[in-house]
Amino acid sequence: MDLLRRVALSLATPVLALVAAALVTTALLALVGEDVGGFWSVMSTPPNARQQVNIINAGSALYLSGVAAAIGFRMNLFNIGVEGQYGLAAFMAAWFAGGGLVSGPLNTVLAVLIAMVTGALWAGIAGVLKVTRGVSEVIGTIMLNAISGLLVSYLLAKYGTNIGVSQTTTPMPESSRIPEVGIIPGASSGIDGLAFLAVVVGVAYWVVLTYTRFGFSLRAAGASETAAAAAGIDVRRMALVAMLASGAIAGLIAMPSLFSDTFAYGTGFQPGLGFTGIAVALLGRNHPGGIVFGAAIFAYLVDRGTQLNVLAGISPEIVSVTQGIIVLSVVVAYAIVQRYRTRSEQASVARRSSATSAKEVLA
Amino acid sequence: MRKLRNIGLMMAAGTLVLTACGGSGSSDDTASGDASAASNDVCKTADGDGPKIGLAYDVGGRGDKSFNDSAYAGIEKAVDELDATCSEAEAQPNESDTEREERLRALADAGFNPVIGVGFSYSPAAAAVAKDYPDTYFAVVDGYATALAQDSNLIDLSFAANQGSYLVGVAAALKSESGKIGFIGGNNGNLIRNFEVGYVAGAKAVDPKIDVDVQYLTRDQNDGETAFANPAGAKTAAEGMIEKGVDVIFHAAGKSGNGLFEAVADAPEGVWAIGVDSDQYLSASADEQSHILTSMLKRVDTGVFDFSKSVADGNVDGPVVTYDLSDDGVGYSTSGGFLDDVKDEIDGYADKIKSGDVKVPSAS
Repeated sequence: MDLLRRVALSLATPVLALVAAALVTTALLALVGEDVGGFWSVMSTPPNARQQVNIINAGSALYLSGVAAAIGFRMNLFNIGVEGQYGLAAFMAAWFAGGGLVSGPLNTVLAVLIAMVTGALWAGIAGVLKVTRGVSEVIGTIMLNAISGLLVSYLLAKYGTNIGVSQTTTPMPESSRIPEVGIIPGASSGIDGLAFLAVVVGVAYWVVLTYTRFGFSLRAAGASETAAAAAGIDVRRMALVAMLASGAIAGLIAMPSLFSDTFAYGTGFQPGLGFTGIAVALLGRNHPGGIVFGAAIFAYLVDRGTQLNVLAGISPEIVSVTQGIIVLSVVVAYAIVQRYRTRSEQASVARRSSATSAKEVLA
Repeated sequence: MRKLRNIGLMMAAGTLVLTACGGSGSSDDTASGDASAASNDVCKTADGDGPKIGLAYDVGGRGDKSFNDSAYAGIEKAVDELDATCSEAEAQPNESDTEREERLRALADAGFNPVIGVGFSYSPAAAAVAKDYPDTYFAVVDGYATALAQDSNLIDLSFAANQGSYLVGVAAALKSESGKIGFIGGNNGNLIRNFEVGYVAGAKAVDPKIDVDVQYLTRDQNDGETAFANPAGAKTAAEGMIEKGVDVIFHAAGKSGNGLFEAVADAPEGVWAIGVDSDQYLSASADEQSHILTSMLKRVDTGVFDFSKSVADGNVDGPVVTYDLSDDGVGYSTSGGFLDDVKDEIDGYADKIKSGDVKVPSAS
């Protein structure tokens, strides 16, 4: 009964949030005079095979981004620098892989490692500033985001090649590319080979967080720094390690598309995933399973947004609005469910204690 | 206490994400642009039996009074003269090539032919999609799609922006009293640098000692928002230049350029702005008009119209269709009559470019 209640309560947040978001979005569409029926008919049309593949590919990148953000959140670190970390990491990996210093799969492995190290180091700068100088990681990472974008553009201009009016790194050799995996029948394209990294990272995140001493220390330090310090946990070290881990995972975000789709860093690079990841982590309550849910919803919304525009003539901005509404709904729903939970706990404690005192009176 | 902090954190995240999503920003501009455009939204009312044109814009889309609106003017003309019907689709912020591909596919699936991507970022997407739809023609404005794939139904529409920019550079140098002129570009990618290179060459051809102040709104190639949807940034840049005595400023920054017009409207008489892509005198407010010297015309409308017509007639040129001075694909506008006294001189330079006596440098 108690377990059932707890499961129901934790499911209540996302369900409540989605229902609220659906209502608000519908009201908004009606208010601005858009085609509400068209909106829902497109949103509820099941994606075709190719679109399902797109959703999985986009979702896996969002999942990695969500986990990267969640690692920081668990430690009470607001790493909003995932954006800059994965951008720089993607460029470094593409640059290295395109250089072709080594060939074949070794090139791929080294490039992915370079991406992780780049992401970790870039996040590490903010981490070091935080633990040694007390610079807020929010300020540190947001500044590093700006620097990362400019650094990449500089390096691209200096060392990239031109195709038409666009600048790009040299495409990587055929032997280092990862084939797409055709899991979904009837789709003309397949799932990016490295998308399985999302699964690996998800499982690792879950195991480390739940079953290791490190994971316990991370959660403890995130829950209460003073209590953790009293328990002998080096909080500053945990903060730095959490930043490094967050950055390393951030470095992976662009790897699936890089090795199976774009093969170089250029116009095809997708910015913005780092910021979306924050919302995804929030939707998933920093839980490895919950983040799957968050990433899937966002990937689905983006895919439908494209169709919405063409099929129903509704501006794609409504999708951004819907995403924003969902995030806000989650915040509100979380507060409501939390309040309900506290009340019901208080009530049950009160019931039990009054029952005990009643028994005492009888005795 | 901890709960409070958590909620605070989530709120902060929410705001952040909202800001990030709302990145397409410039909301007031978009809104007003869309509102005015909605009243004459030709695609919603067109019902002819001519070609079905699918137009896919980049982020921001229609309402920039410049590049995208010029493409729209092209389909308006096609609706008028070819009995065309049309559909417009617009990009979301921060897209991947896959999403752009889906947009082109969605248009092709809905029976549109031709499908036109407005902006070079559609190049990889069009190159990937064209082979799957052999009966549909795809074109990319400013594109390099044909460098990525060779299909007979894949066309790039290319504009010699450096030639048109050369002419407004000549105009700027002739009209500048201070000997200092300016250029504001969205970003320093090769597409926009082509405008700068031509502009500087034209100005130096008139006055080799002229001082050209060049500024880019961002050097981050992936930050299209700061580059092309950033009127506030362009306004600040322009005010800085005007302070330094610059009296003619040319912009190649799409919607951001509207900030330049605001800046010159506040400046004294004799401080000029030069528009880009469309004849921006026509869409400007009255107090801005008296400061808009000319506009460098990049006839995206001609490109879109001609391509649609060629598809309808069944005689498509390719793989790259280039528009330059010789076919009036680029040029300069004379609305307002501020160039009446120097028009002959500018046209003299134009003739030299057409005849090949003057070779205009380009960025790439």
